[in-house]
Amino acid sequence: MSHTATATAATPPGSLRGARLPQWAPYAVAAGSVAAGLGISAAAGLHSSVQWALIAAVLYVVATYGLSARVEGRRQAEDRVATSFVWVAFLLAVVPLASLVWATVKRGVKVLDGYFLTHSMGVVGDAEPGGGIYHAVLGSLEQVGLATVIGAPIGVLTAIYLVEYGRGRLARAVTFFVDVMTGIPSIVAGLFVLSLMLMLDMQPFGFAGSLALAILMMPVVVRSTEEMLKLVPDELREASLALGVPKWRTVLKVVLPTSVGGITTGVMLAVARITGETAPVMLLVFGNPFINANPFEGAQASLPLYIYQQYAQSAGSPYAYDRAWAASLTLIAFVMILNLVARGIARWKAPKTGR
Amino acid sequence: MAKRIDVSGLTAYYGTHKAIDDISMTIEPRSVTAFIGPSGCGKSTFLRTLNRMHEVTPGGRVEGKVLLDDEDLYGPGVDPVSVRREVGMVFQRPNPFPTMSIFDNVAAGLRLNGMRRKSELDDIVEKSLRGANLWNEVKDRLNRPGSGLSGGQQQRLCIARAIAVEPDVLLMDEPCSALDPISTLAVEDLIGELKERFTIVIVTHNMQQAARVSDRTAFFNLAAVGQPGRLVEIDDTERIFSNPSVQATEDYISGRFG
Amino acid sequence: MDTDTSTQTDDNAAPPPPPQPQPQPSTTTPKRLARGATRPGDRIFLALTRGSGILLLLVMAAIALFLSYRASLAISDDHGNFLTTFEWDTRGTEPRFGIAVLAVGTVVSAVIAMALAVPVAVAIALFLTHYAPRRLRGPIAYVIDLLAAVPSIVYGLWGALILVPHMNGLFGWLDDYLGWTGIFSWDEGAPRAMLTVGILLAIMILPIITNVSREVFRQVPRMHEEAALALGATRWEVVRLAVLPFGRSGVISASMLGLGRALGETMAVATVLSPDFDLHASLLDPGGGTFAQNIAAKFSEADVFGRDALIASGLVLFVITLLVNGAARLIIARRKEYSGAAA
Repeated sequence: MSHTATATAATPPGSLRGARLPQWAPYAVAAGSVAAGLGISAAAGLHSSVQWALIAAVLYVVATYGLSARVEGRRQAEDRVATSFVWVAFLLAVVPLASLVWATVKRGVKVLDGYFLTHSMGVVGDAEPGGGIYHAVLGSLEQVGLATVIGAPIGVLTAIYLVEYGRGRLARAVTFFVDVMTGIPSIVAGLFVLSLMLMLDMQPFGFAGSLALAILMMPVVVRSTEEMLKLVPDELREASLALGVPKWRTVLKVVLPTSVGGITTGVMLAVARITGETAPVMLLVFGNPFINANPFEGAQASLPLYIYQQYAQSAGSPYAYDRAWAASLTLIAFVMILNLVARGIARWKAPKTGR
Repeated sequence: MAKRIDVSGLTAYYGTHKAIDDISMTIEPRSVTAFIGPSGCGKSTFLRTLNRMHEVTPGGRVEGKVLLDDEDLYGPGVDPVSVRREVGMVFQRPNPFPTMSIFDNVAAGLRLNGMRRKSELDDIVEKSLRGANLWNEVKDRLNRPGSGLSGGQQQRLCIARAIAVEPDVLLMDEPCSALDPISTLAVEDLIGELKERFTIVIVTHNMQQAARVSDRTAFFNLAAVGQPGRLVEIDDTERIFSNPSVQATEDYISGRFG
Repeated sequence: MDTDTSTQTDDNAAPPPPPQPQPQPSTTTPKRLARGATRPGDRIFLALTRGSGILLLLVMAAIALFLSYRASLAISDDHGNFLTTFEWDTRGTEPRFGIAVLAVGTVVSAVIAMALAVPVAVAIALFLTHYAPRRLRGPIAYVIDLLAAVPSIVYGLWGALILVPHMNGLFGWLDDYLGWTGIFSWDEGAPRAMLTVGILLAIMILPIITNVSREVFRQVPRMHEEAALALGATRWEVVRLAVLPFGRSGVISASMLGLGRALGETMAVATVLSPDFDLHASLLDPGGGTFAQNIAAKFSEADVFGRDALIASGLVLFVITLLVNGAARLIIARRKEYSGAAA
């Protein structure tokens, strides 16, 4: 039975040794396709690099399939096409993402120096050279700091409720709405606080932004903390409860210390996420070229918002673009360091129990 | 259809760790050969070298020869994919494809081989399910998911799936260890029938089972934990269980260790 | 599980148990011992944690409520049709504004983004679990994880200053060969069009979809893959037989997550698109807009009424993302049941 089947796959019956393309075949086909793609483009006088690359890619797939189908059989040919598609997809995705990192670093280092980090835009016009991001970094740190002070404890406490106490309808509702909240676009959180401010007839100030950021942060913290608390084995809780330790002390002294590394990681990742949020800050904090250290009164600057305003309000001034890139580099560096440290903590504090 | 297997000087590694060392044996066609031995002695690893599944594990590596009727499975240019089509395998835990119906599970291997005609598929699926003693239990629900069957039925479904492509050899890696006694009996009966058509190799922890189903038995052992496993002896099952030529075999079988 | 009984007792013994009309648990916990749960420490702690949960619910309710209230103020004064007007004029004495263009733009850009990102993300996830050299898998996954954390404003800046100039070639090519369809005709304007937005959004959501899909593919039980291998399947057939069917719902929910991001993205769209309030047949024509982008663009010059109008459009966006996320959750929940039954 198999022999009729194998025969269709172009393998000689009874043989384990299907004909195979030589190792170098894919490279040869790739080189040939690129050459042909370039040749056709040159002959037809096409201009864009997209065109010859696309022609080459199509040629490669067709040639691989044809060659492999003839020599190795249809199934091997399909396998090879799938493999090349997966590789192409990966390489395709690498290009923009690498370009993003490369551009930010290359253009960002131009004006990024001590002066840039310690000066504001107070006396510098949007299209002029000079100036810096001190005011924006200060504003961001304050807004994000306040948001964390509000969002992190509420998030952690909610997660404790869900894991340690949560049964019944209230817990189910909280779980559901935490999921829903995770999906709220940041600008909607901004609009919500804005609607409050409209009711109270308030002008933009830093803390308003913090509130919106806290709303964005809470569900993220709840989710990650929940995951961490669930990793704490029940035996530990039972061991403590069996000693007659009250539940709240069990949670504080046994459960939380066991999972503190993971919770810290989750909070830091959430901080990294809200630090880059621009939209709510734009609505609520408004931006300010001057240094305003008071988050509770008057418009403040913020790093992501600074990037946007340097880009959007400068009418194409190269100085402003340089500043925008430098601020982007600073922002990315901050977010990446937070991420790396957070992951470091996660690895370092990783489950001592329940391995 | 059934083929003889000739193994000579076979050594298998996990990364740098040597799992089995220098094993040679002959497995006769149309018979059941059982591998027994204590845990970690490499009998499952050895089984997986017989259809080149060992190298699927990260770091898995094999030296030596496995001849399937004179053709070396590890020879140059041999395609592991075609090896596995000739040497089928049934696993310890039943593993039907969870998203497929009973019918599709059995037909999966055939479809891979390019069989598309419904009537032909119908015939072979029925034949394979009958061959696995499962037809009467599932013929009315061929379109239900395979994961809805009981453990024993799932295992027989996996056997049906394996025999549907008519392999030369059928490897079974502790096929009954996850099953209850009644399902075990059903699978054992099935093995007895299948050996008319296939070369069957079965790894088992259960010595009564080895004695019941196999014609020949190979005893594997390891010198110490961390040492590679070795073949101690292979002989007719009757002889292994009554009068083995090596003392260690007798110790193991009589329950003095392991 | 064993903490169940004590938990139940704690929960019910604590004052005040508002939305908890549960019957007393029929456990054998003696009343006298259960009272232990009312010691001050436990009471305060429970109140704190439950309070936080309730606060979270209140915030959600407040968001819906306040947005609806402000939106109703604006919509009731809308002299156009809020759903069908092709205009956004909130200044005059007879304000006319509608979300038709924004809704279309949001959907179109998100559809382009999904169509590009999902296949590529799934392919990369497969690459990372089944194709890449084993030693590279970890590091590449790590880098993609980090890329998911790049703030959207940076994507926006990159999109506006680097991607947009590079789109000229592609636009010219599309116009040459597919211009006759109408969808890809180009009049040589700056390529700040919906297609560019869609491509940028695709690049942004790629890391998220990839990460989630990779997690799902990694969870495919080895035994299913081995079952396929033992049948003599090639690598691609293993993927088709064992990996993709198992991961399908996971990929769908990952895509929904990405879709949610794409729908709500503000800054990247605001920097790249040159908006107007018209519908364009061609994806290469500059113009159109999305909910979030429109809010960002119109906000600074809007008066209180204008802001209310923007809030109204934000409410629509809110509802849409709720629906998308709800659908994603449903799919995940179904998958849990399913894999539970299969195990």
